Amino acid sequence: MDIPRNWRLRTQRYALVGEECDHCHSKIFPPRDICPDCGLEAKAHYAFSGKGEIYSFTVVHDPPTGYEDQAPYAIALVKLEEGPIVTAQLTDVDSAQVAIGMPVEMVTRKLRAEGEEGVIHYGYKFRPTLARA
Amino acid sequence: MTEREHRPATPGQGKAAPRPARIMRPTRAVGLVGYGAYVPRLRLPAKEVARVWSEGAALLPIREKSVPGLDEDVITMSIEATRNALARAQIPVEEIGALWVGSESHPYAVKPTSTVVAEAIGAVPHLLAADWEFACKAGSEALQAAIGMVGAGMMRYAVAVGMDTAQARPGDALEYTAGAGGAAFIVGPQEEALAEIEASLSFVTDTPDFWRRPGAKYPQHGQRFTGEPAYFRHVTTAGQELMQALGRTPADYRFIVLHQPNTKFPQRAAELLGFSPEQTRAGLLVPEIGNTYAGAALIGLTAILDEAEAGDRVLLVSFGSGAGSDAFSLQVTPRMAERRAAAPRTRDYITRRKEIDYGVYVRTRGKLSM
Repeated sequence: MDIPRNWRLRTQRYALVGEECDHCHSKIFPPRDICPDCGLEAKAHYAFSGKGEIYSFTVVHDPPTGYEDQAPYAIALVKLEEGPIVTAQLTDVDSAQVAIGMPVEMVTRKLRAEGEEGVIHYGYKFRPTLARA
Repeated sequence: MTEREHRPATPGQGKAAPRPARIMRPTRAVGLVGYGAYVPRLRLPAKEVARVWSEGAALLPIREKSVPGLDEDVITMSIEATRNALARAQIPVEEIGALWVGSESHPYAVKPTSTVVAEAIGAVPHLLAADWEFACKAGSEALQAAIGMVGAGMMRYAVAVGMDTAQARPGDALEYTAGAGGAAFIVGPQEEALAEIEASLSFVTDTPDFWRRPGAKYPQHGQRFTGEPAYFRHVTTAGQELMQALGRTPADYRFIVLHQPNTKFPQRAAELLGFSPEQTRAGLLVPEIGNTYAGAALIGLTAILDEAEAGDRVLLVSFGSGAGSDAFSLQVTPRMAERRAAAPRTRDYITRRKEIDYGVYVRTRGKLSM
């Protein structure tokens, strides 16, 4: 039963909300209440811009249970412009086009559904930054 | 069509009295303080549907339609459109007093789309949140309600979204056009508006032109019922009555945008209302993205706002089967120029496209039984 666990994570999952350290001003994601840089308490919420670039990636052809209908899909380490590296699925991109250094932005998408009748889980993914005229 | 046909008497009332058009204006002037669009990346050319179902011989109602990705639904699309509207509005999210999403493809039959969107933009917990349903005018109905709430001073800002991932039975005429996309608007005080809402009007009757029963996967439509008695009557009456009540003519408007189930209907209705093809052009997106149902007229408005200048007037008339139209008269303010670039333009989403064939479409839209 994944519902309580996913529900607790909704703020960070939907909108990429992490933390900022009051002491050294590091930006932290995922939130962990202790600053990984200075080791002091860090509980202030911080909404990330969602902008970043691909640090590394792989393409999943043999997906874990619950993700079969989306395969193949790319999963990446995304280096956010505020510093942290976050692991996330890529979307709106063909796997062959994914490249290290590609600028990406956060979007909130369906992560998976608990079958046809169960709850739908939403969360962050990254897509190539939308080209603007 | 006589007047009496759409103005029935209450039982026992005797002879029906004529009813004047009811123009709506809130006590406090309001406007759109933010707007945002969303269109998914995939496109299915109409000729693909024709290839599979009619040996390629069908007359095509549009060029191509937008198709949602495997991880997209009305919730995810509404979140992005609302974020775009917020980027332009530059308001504190905690001052949003209502968030309403109109759609006929809410991901849940029971469990609101609007609470997920509100959570994602950080507007929870002190707000009204609900989903609206009125076929393709669910979003403009939400906009009417937002005008009322903000205009009455019950809240400073309200969000109205019209968004759909439209369903169509494989092989049905609707499959050529049933698209995905929509728009979000933030209604707020007139003094902060990018476009002032001058007045609105609604025109509604019981007309069985298109429906979907509970549990049914695909909608049905009443043969030729969708044209004259449904679309044209409601759209032209609402548009005409609003212009009359305001003492306006088509010459007072630079743009018109109508609900667009195909290319021909809105072109014809605009012509009947006395508008030129040039006034229709900017808001006519259906040839490129299909009929986005509750999003169709509203996303057309976003494309207009992307290019309108201060002082330009826009006439918007939605249409929802069942049936009814909401008409709005808007005027763009000088504030538009400084906020427009804060979010992607509607055209940016339309330009971002990946063409798919019917096979990929069938997989993407869950039409395969595994």
